[in-house]
Amino acid sequence: MSIDLPLIFAALMGVAILAYVVLDGYDLGVGMLMLASERGDHDTMIASIGPFWDANETWLVLGVGLLLVAFPLAHGIVLGALYLPVAAMLVGLMLRGVAFELRIKAEGWHRELWNWLFSAGSYLAAFSQGLMLGRYILGFEPGFGGWLFSTLVGVSLCGGYMLLGATWLVLRTEGGLRDRSAVWARWGLGWVALAIALVSLATPFASETVREKWFDFPRTLGLMLLPVATLGAGCWVWLTLDKSDWKPFAGAVAIYVLAFAGLAYSLFPYVVMDSLTIWDAAAHPSALTFMLIGTLIVLPFIIGYTAYAYRVFSGKVRGGSPYG
Amino acid sequence: MDDTLLLARAQFGLNIAFHILFPTITIGLAWLVAYFRIQYERTRDAAWLATYKLWVKVFALTFAMGVVTGITMSFQFGTNWPGFMAAVGNIAGPLLAYEVLTAFFLEATFLGVMLFGMDRVSGRVHVASAFIVAAGTTLSAFWILALNSWMQTPAGHIEVDGELIAASWWAVIFNPSFPHRLTHMLLASGITAAFVVAGLSAWRLIKAADDAAARKTLLSGARIAAVLVPLQIFVGDLHGLNTLEHQPAKIAALEAIWKTERGAPLTLFGIPNEQEKRTDYAIMVPKGASLILAHDANAELKGLEDFEEHPPVAPVFFAFRIMVGMGMMMLALSWIGVLVLRKSTPRWLLWSFAAFTFSGWIATLAGWLVTEIGRQPWLVTGILLTSDAAGGATGAELGASLTAYVAVYAVMLLSYMVTLTHLAGKGSS
Repeated sequence: MSIDLPLIFAALMGVAILAYVVLDGYDLGVGMLMLASERGDHDTMIASIGPFWDANETWLVLGVGLLLVAFPLAHGIVLGALYLPVAAMLVGLMLRGVAFELRIKAEGWHRELWNWLFSAGSYLAAFSQGLMLGRYILGFEPGFGGWLFSTLVGVSLCGGYMLLGATWLVLRTEGGLRDRSAVWARWGLGWVALAIALVSLATPFASETVREKWFDFPRTLGLMLLPVATLGAGCWVWLTLDKSDWKPFAGAVAIYVLAFAGLAYSLFPYVVMDSLTIWDAAAHPSALTFMLIGTLIVLPFIIGYTAYAYRVFSGKVRGGSPYG
Repeated sequence: MDDTLLLARAQFGLNIAFHILFPTITIGLAWLVAYFRIQYERTRDAAWLATYKLWVKVFALTFAMGVVTGITMSFQFGTNWPGFMAAVGNIAGPLLAYEVLTAFFLEATFLGVMLFGMDRVSGRVHVASAFIVAAGTTLSAFWILALNSWMQTPAGHIEVDGELIAASWWAVIFNPSFPHRLTHMLLASGITAAFVVAGLSAWRLIKAADDAAARKTLLSGARIAAVLVPLQIFVGDLHGLNTLEHQPAKIAALEAIWKTERGAPLTLFGIPNEQEKRTDYAIMVPKGASLILAHDANAELKGLEDFEEHPPVAPVFFAFRIMVGMGMMMLALSWIGVLVLRKSTPRWLLWSFAAFTFSGWIATLAGWLVTEIGRQPWLVTGILLTSDAAGGATGAELGASLTAYVAVYAVMLLSYMVTLTHLAGKGSS
């Protein structure tokens, strides 16, 4: 029996992208929430994501890297078609990364300016990622409807990241900031609920492929477990916000995992919607085998030391002590 | 060359040139910071701790600049050069992926521990984190230079059913120019970091002459440079000989050797005239090129006339002279610095080091231009032409995003340099 290398790499790529969305999602969300927060909270909010944001963004490089390595044909098509949103996202990520470092070193109004750029960069990156996702789901369909749909996804993702960021702050901070974060989380949750409902309803209209996959009785009945579970996770977040620190974040992550599963089901087996399957676009088996060996050896280490880093920095962030 | 190709090259060139600035510093600086850290662990001297804390800030800022500009690169391989991945993706892809898997996660995660974990982990673990970060940066240089060298001097690949795949990964990675290029780049990084440390310390001493820690780091920077620069000249010569063997057209272009002849003269300076195929206003050393390149005054060197394709002469000719010229000045300054600093700290010397803070950037960028333009018209020597690899984005998209990148990079670079001098000006105390 031969192993289905393209399938394995599609799964790996999915895991990398999901990891990116959840991990960088919470730190982008914290960046976005800074606009709503009080000046006194800024340092604590930043300190809660300080040790992690670099490594979180590395998952994006891995996701894109796997697309590049495993599906080189698709990499050119996908990223070529998404050229402008990708460029906008990169500008956002750059502003944010630099602002993160420079705000620590700045004082007075400089610091306020970098704080603002940090937030603005987070919004730009989040919105562009949603835009990319929307374009991607529709197979880069031109026209007003396609862009309208993508804008909807972009706005939705902003809400989604805000939910992740707010629940992360509930987990990592205490006192007044924790309580304010719980309020933000409720707003974020409402936003996400509305967004998921709209996107889930709009997608089958916008894409025939998706419509056929989801409205195929009796399979549809089984598939309805996904939205039901998502609703359950949403309620869990809402109900636990005042009682627990970690449960809301876990619930928010569950929402992402479920939404991602739905998305993966909609897209599979396409890597470029309606035109290129993962098997059409896959790189040569020799390249994939070499890659797989490396991945199987290295990935456990990555997971191991990432878990270690999260353990080192577990617990509540106290004060906003920048390093050094 | 059509406009889209030109824009694609301009944009990728700008991004990669901007990106390369930061790893060039961090690869060397990471080891220095780790050294400061372990010195504190051994001596428990507060001065070492203060030194570590100052330079780790410089490192963190530079590293972040490298990370965010590097993310851009991972996207542009596909967007600007779809033909590159289509033709050699089976080789280039895994090398890039190994860089992400083995180096990027490692450095990013342990940088978090290093920056924010000093009071959360034991001293030993913290020292180890600093060294792991340094090892990660070097490992990432290993993979990216393996790919870059393979593009210059491809080896270890075969064609099967019209697809280019690796026959031996060992031969792909350790291709003929790889050991030279890796050593050359690691030394360049060490020298660049040494001058950054010396230059910023000198700046601090101009503002506060009695800062003992700054005097120490100035001396360390100067000493490291004084050792590494001569080593670099030696390695650079070996790298040149290696290039002569594998990419003779590049050497002919950078030395502006137009005709094949025995005892070829060395052109010290001049203005290459590509139309007339001669160098105007040339100042030459008889038999010099043969002596330097073949280590034999009467050796025959192949001129540009004998190559079907060769890179544009003027850019590599000038870039090479800028690189060598910078190298010579850095050699002089580091040696004079080490000698003079034994007795005194004159202001002219401080100003000279401050002015040379980013000298490594100029030399590295010039060297990078020599090697990458020197590969033209090929993207992968003998396998893929640059013009066959472009595509994907339209001219308008490239133009719009290029404008945005230029604006953002200008702000980033300015902020970076202002912050660095500001940090250095405040010193470690």
